[in-house]
Amino acid sequence: MSPAREEPAGEAKEIEDLEISLLLEAIFRRYGYDFRDYARAHLRRRLRHRLELAGLADLGAMQHRVLSDRDFFELLLRDLSINVTEMFRDPAAYRRIREDVVPLLKTYPFVKIWHAGCATGEEVYSMAILLHEEGLLERSRIYATDFNRVALQKAREGVYSLERVRQYSSNYQKSGGRASLVDYYRTDNESMLLKNWLRQQVVFADHNLVTDGVFSEMQLVVCRNVVIYFNRDLQERIFNTFYQSLCPGGFLWLGAKESLKLLQIGEKFRELYGEEKIFKKNLQ
Amino acid sequence: MPYRAVVIGVSAGGLEALREVLSCLPADFPLPLLVVQHLGVDSDDFLARWLDQRCAIKVKEAEDKEPAAPGTAYLAPANYHLLMEDDGSLALSLEDWVNFSRPSIDLLFESAAEAYGKGLIAVVLTGANDDGSRGLAAMKRSGGLAVVQDPAGAEFPVMPRAAIQATQVDFVLPLPAIGRFLANLYRPA
Ligand SMILES: C[S@@+](CC[C@H](N)C(=O)[O-])C[C@H]1O[C@@H](n2cnc3c(N)ncnc32)[C@H](O)[C@@H]1O
Repeated sequence: MSPAREEPAGEAKEIEDLEISLLLEAIFRRYGYDFRDYARAHLRRRLRHRLELAGLADLGAMQHRVLSDRDFFELLLRDLSINVTEMFRDPAAYRRIREDVVPLLKTYPFVKIWHAGCATGEEVYSMAILLHEEGLLERSRIYATDFNRVALQKAREGVYSLERVRQYSSNYQKSGGRASLVDYYRTDNESMLLKNWLRQQVVFADHNLVTDGVFSEMQLVVCRNVVIYFNRDLQERIFNTFYQSLCPGGFLWLGAKESLKLLQIGEKFRELYGEEKIFKKNLQ
Repeated sequence: MPYRAVVIGVSAGGLEALREVLSCLPADFPLPLLVVQHLGVDSDDFLARWLDQRCAIKVKEAEDKEPAAPGTAYLAPANYHLLMEDDGSLALSLEDWVNFSRPSIDLLFESAAEAYGKGLIAVVLTGANDDGSRGLAAMKRSGGLAVVQDPAGAEFPVMPRAAIQATQVDFVLPLPAIGRFLANLYRPA
């Protein structure tokens, strides 16, 4: 008996998958950016989208283009990193940090916080405001990292569209804010400009979670809505990086729909606030 | 039965429509169901909990990388796209609105069609926009089964009508018949 023949649709898909793998390998070898373990359904969509926009014949042609054209690579890099973010996103989780985690952080003489995948920085300024109101900002250092340099530059500038200010204020109030969000920015015609002193304790840095090293002795790692773009193996690896970067008993804060539950590394953390996705590294 | 998953897209009028369909299914319904219902950006998991109390199958919000299990309906969380990976696990994404929607029905249908090909059943219910029709056309091209609520009886007929215009739909059924249809696929003879 001959084995059942592959249906043509299945075969086309297999070829596309192979082409994607080759493209990612090429990007890694040429530019050092490693997307090989990103979640496939997402990658496939984004690559097809770019293929269409660029008017290229197929992924093979795209591979050739990306190898020879750095600007095209930069474009692709932006396609593959989704920078959607906001201030005080998930207000209930910020409230939990404010009311139940900050008091624990206060027991340390100095607090180090890592925002991994900070995108355009809205989350970082939110944290700085919260720490300031709780009297902890002076004793803190925030490391804000992302591998998307365009986003990171925007984060450094802290200038955001005024269109979103209503939503941000409402988030801020719901998160237990003690003052009013307007206290923290100036405005011009179309922008809100976060005040300079808010970034006094912030270090912005270009850092790739997949290929760059660990930080040390953090009390809190904030990594929200970043690992949804990774496959499970890569999630395990990145959470291991965070594990190593945290002091014993340190905190890990994930995005609203992310969890350690399905992963092996979950054993090394305790779920402190399940709803708000706040985990605590075991003491040993 | 060759089917491996059901995807459902619904917008305005969705609460009652989903209850009517999902409450027909027995606890041991052998397929996972993935559901996109358009919601306000601030919605919590109220809808999932509300449906769970009224259905024999389990209803919950989708979590990232969770394997899709039979007898369970996974709702896309407000403000996240829901996608299906080839290995049958769920994936979430925050990429931009697609056709003014996040979650997007088109995106769910397209990714599930890629993962399951002709092993997919897609259902379009009441709604006031045309999300889902491109996804339905894509899933038909890969050989799946398309079921659409009869616009005549739908609370909001725009979405089912757009779906019917977009592709060759296999069954156009009134709401009460859709749940029975799915349940009957697996009733022991
Ligand atoms: C959706 S944003 C999340 C922003 C913010 N944390 C929030 O939740 O609002 C995801 C960010 O992860 C970054 N990212 C993705 N892969 C990365 C990697 N390998 N290293 C560093 N940052 C990465 C992207 O550039 C993007 O800015």
